[in-house]
Amino acid sequence: MKRVGEHFGGWIYAVFALILVCVFFTCVCLGSVGIPLNETLRVISDAISGKPSPEAYSLARSVIVPIRLPRVICVALVGASLALAGAAMQGLLKNPLADGSTVGVSSGASLGAVLAIALGITFPGLPFAGTMITAILFALLSLLIILGLAFRLDRTLSTNTIILIGVIFSMFASSAISVVITFASQHLKSITFWTMGSLQGSSYRNALVLAATLAVAGTVLIGLSRELNAFAVGEDNARNIGVNVRRVRLTVLIMVSCLIGVCVSIGGSIGFVGLVTPHMVRRIVGPNHKRLMPASLFSGAVFLMLSDLAARTLFSPRELPLGVVTSMVGAVVFVIVFFRTRRR
Amino acid sequence: MLEIKNLTVRYGDLAAVDDLSFSVSEGQWLMIVGPNGAGKSTVLNAVSQGAPYTGSIQFDGKDLSRTSASERARSIGILTQNHYVGYAFTVEEVIRLGRYSRRGGLFSRGKPEDSRAVEDALDRTGLTELRRQSVLTLSGGELQRTFLAQVFAQDPRFLLLDEPTNHLDLIYQKQIFALISEWLKTPGRAVASVVHDLSLAKAYGTHALVMHHGRAAVYGDIGTAMDPEKLNEVYGMDVAEWMRGMLSQWQ
Repeated sequence: MKRVGEHFGGWIYAVFALILVCVFFTCVCLGSVGIPLNETLRVISDAISGKPSPEAYSLARSVIVPIRLPRVICVALVGASLALAGAAMQGLLKNPLADGSTVGVSSGASLGAVLAIALGITFPGLPFAGTMITAILFALLSLLIILGLAFRLDRTLSTNTIILIGVIFSMFASSAISVVITFASQHLKSITFWTMGSLQGSSYRNALVLAATLAVAGTVLIGLSRELNAFAVGEDNARNIGVNVRRVRLTVLIMVSCLIGVCVSIGGSIGFVGLVTPHMVRRIVGPNHKRLMPASLFSGAVFLMLSDLAARTLFSPRELPLGVVTSMVGAVVFVIVFFRTRRR
Repeated sequence: MLEIKNLTVRYGDLAAVDDLSFSVSEGQWLMIVGPNGAGKSTVLNAVSQGAPYTGSIQFDGKDLSRTSASERARSIGILTQNHYVGYAFTVEEVIRLGRYSRRGGLFSRGKPEDSRAVEDALDRTGLTELRRQSVLTLSGGELQRTFLAQVFAQDPRFLLLDEPTNHLDLIYQKQIFALISEWLKTPGRAVASVVHDLSLAKAYGTHALVMHHGRAAVYGDIGTAMDPEKLNEVYGMDVAEWMRGMLSQWQ
């Protein structure tokens, strides 16, 4: 690929968008019940304009509009968020093994969700959002605890301190989850399914929360591409060329935590997307975050939509947890990409 | 230009730099020498605000601890000793990062003078051919030149160099010192560099700071500061004798 500037040209974005739209509609049409594209488009446009659909399309409408469409939208947004968060963390920490969960916020969010399931926490006026809200609150609380402890230990907030506290916090949160499970064995099934990660039963409200978070955090993170390049070359070097390392690090961590917190609260812990997508994308477009960040965003969305499609259809009517599929597919795809780029 | 007063940097109970004062004015090239562990690199760390310190570090009368990172980078270019890049950035991408402190707005795509500065830095360091090569595939010397080029692209008024010719073979040692001398000829510029090679220090420096146990053992213009007796005391050996012995190998 000839690289003229550091950024992608407009036509590459057009290709990304085209692929995204194709995959999106494929995922909406296919499933335990396959629905032709024209019917799908018709019922979606009917729903948007508020018209009733023809009698023959009633099955399509009842499957697409309330169930499949919000789910695929949520899957795409979660995939994009996780991949973007992973790309940002891998750059910030100059470590290709980092991802959004490295900070420890995702374990905190999981703990919140598990507690909500076990204790049946609900919020007045939002009967079905108890798990999500508790998880988001725990995600933010975890971030405060992790950064607070790190700051007490080391006022410069060095990367190593943050990772160390994050890992310790994750371990603590994981054991707390085990404690909750021990005492709430009657909820074991739903807790287990939740921790494996799934976006089954996602709603438009979930999609709205995800989209709003991604719009804010994604814009900030992509806007910090240049700073992430500097961190990826080296933190000392970043400081020497004039990056305000402390402020950038704090901003990235907070934005990543918001993304991860919201994703975990809605879809459970979906592994591998944040780790592997940026890694594979980097092998194709190079490490420059001006290309890596947008490419990760699109690839994460596409990868998770396809994984979710596999989760829904491979053993239909039985559904696999999404996290299981991402890890399996991700591992295979990763090995293929790794070998192909290595041989060049 | 650079004025350092009563600088102390502590790592736990150990004072790596202990009550050190010196200054560098326009046109000067200060050579910071001394045995390993004397605190030379720590001084550089403090100037880059990478280590907590007490005392004051001023540039053109402004306290560096109260200067923004990008303003500091527009004045002072720092070349550190170790470069480990984790990802396969190209030589050009790393050099272009040197323009960070002169960037436009958040989503700006770079100005023509950025490209000019990068081309100039590539040219000066002889890296034009390697511009598209991944930094992971470079030799130690090529990597060192890449980061030196980054500092040139940064276009500061003051260069702070930690062992600029570390990893470099003789031809590049010569070239780099010649390059820096040339760079220094423009009025309003100054250099401070940590060097191990005392002959290079004597040949190119205008002033010298000989450090020992975090303190200034001798400080002054190069002729008087590189006093053989003081050097012998600091290094714990007969320095001049050793140098003469080395030179005699070629006669």
